[in-house]
Amino acid sequence: MSNLFNIDIVNPEQSFLSKDNVFEVVIPAVEGEIGILKDHIPIISFLKPGIIRVFSESEEQSFYVEDGIVEFKDNTLSVLTSSIFDLKDADKNFVSESISSAEAELSKDNIDDQKRFLLNHKVEVLKSISIN
Amino acid sequence: MPSLDDLRKRITSVKSTQKITKAMKMVAAAKLRKAQENAEKGRPYSEKMNNVILNLSKSITDKENAPKLLVGTGEEKVHLCIVLTADRGLCGGFNTNIIKKAKSYFEKTISENKTLKIITVGSKGYDQLKRQYKSYIVENISFKESKNINYFDADKVGKIIIEKFEKNEFDVCAIFYNKFKNVITQIPQEQQIVPLNEVKDDKDDSGNDNDYEFEPDEDEILSNLLPKNISTQIFKAMLENSASEQGSRMTAMDNATRNAGELVDRLTIEYNRSRQAAITKELIEIISGAESL
Repeated sequence: MSNLFNIDIVNPEQSFLSKDNVFEVVIPAVEGEIGILKDHIPIISFLKPGIIRVFSESEEQSFYVEDGIVEFKDNTLSVLTSSIFDLKDADKNFVSESISSAEAELSKDNIDDQKRFLLNHKVEVLKSISIN
Repeated sequence: MPSLDDLRKRITSVKSTQKITKAMKMVAAAKLRKAQENAEKGRPYSEKMNNVILNLSKSITDKENAPKLLVGTGEEKVHLCIVLTADRGLCGGFNTNIIKKAKSYFEKTISENKTLKIITVGSKGYDQLKRQYKSYIVENISFKESKNINYFDADKVGKIIIEKFEKNEFDVCAIFYNKFKNVITQIPQEQQIVPLNEVKDDKDDSGNDNDYEFEPDEDEILSNLLPKNISTQIFKAMLENSASEQGSRMTAMDNATRNAGELVDRLTIEYNRSRQAAITKELIEIISGAESL
């Protein structure tokens, strides 16, 4: 029996990625990373800034996402996100811009703890990208 | 009776107008294809979003504490209308149809003694509404600078709506746009986005096999998801609108080109007739002059 399932990543403008031969996907959910294998129970969750790793038979792909919703059902993982890019074609300028805008946001006084946490996390992830 | 020279001038001017409308039609046709593609590409996102919300709202047991964006504030005193139109004219009845639809909604709201607030997106809508409803317009947004429709713009509108909702500035929110059916037909739409109308469920309930695990709990996901859904709906409306605009412009310009062609034909006949008349007149003059000799 195969242990493969489908993944659909869509953003508002288009379908970003659609594959039917992945065996594991690791997603950065708000409450921690979740690794998803075939026949996972149906789940809905949303994402925090982080890296989605998609493992298929032939290759491993990584994508940076800012936020989004994931739904797993009937062995199809749907990721809805408005900002995503492949780590391979990450734009240095864009990354550093995002870092500085997040840091600027952090320096404001009127943000709540949750937002601060998310922003801190975002900066961390983005920095790890720019080092690679 | 216009002179031959006048007729000749008119024919040239109609012909050059025809050239312009023809070019506009071609441009619209090219843009239409792209807009249509974009609208199709954007569809999976809003469909999936709808699905997730449907599944979520099914599993919400505590209806009273459900997020207000879903169930509403319990009142419907203040109506916020988002009117999405084009930034450019010369596209047939496109803008007018949306405005007409919106106006009938406005009249209904006003006659029921409810407060009306209007946000116009796109400059043509603002131009047409400002005369009559100036005092109701709270915001006027235009994305003239953006070349393509992008989610970022839609998100801006969405954020404005959410912000106003959180400040309790309205209870009900509806958007107006043209739905693209085909090149000739665009249907003006009125869609309520706050509170969310019962999400349609076309599939029959297939038992409880959709028991989802939620992380974090349903409420939190919903309150995160609903604002996104508003932006998504606006984005969808903008995509539909842009496809409709190009379709509408294409048809309008096609008609204009054809009309110009007919006009040229008619003018040419008139021109030829009066030329012939002049020749005949001259001939008669010559012949009668010769006879009198």
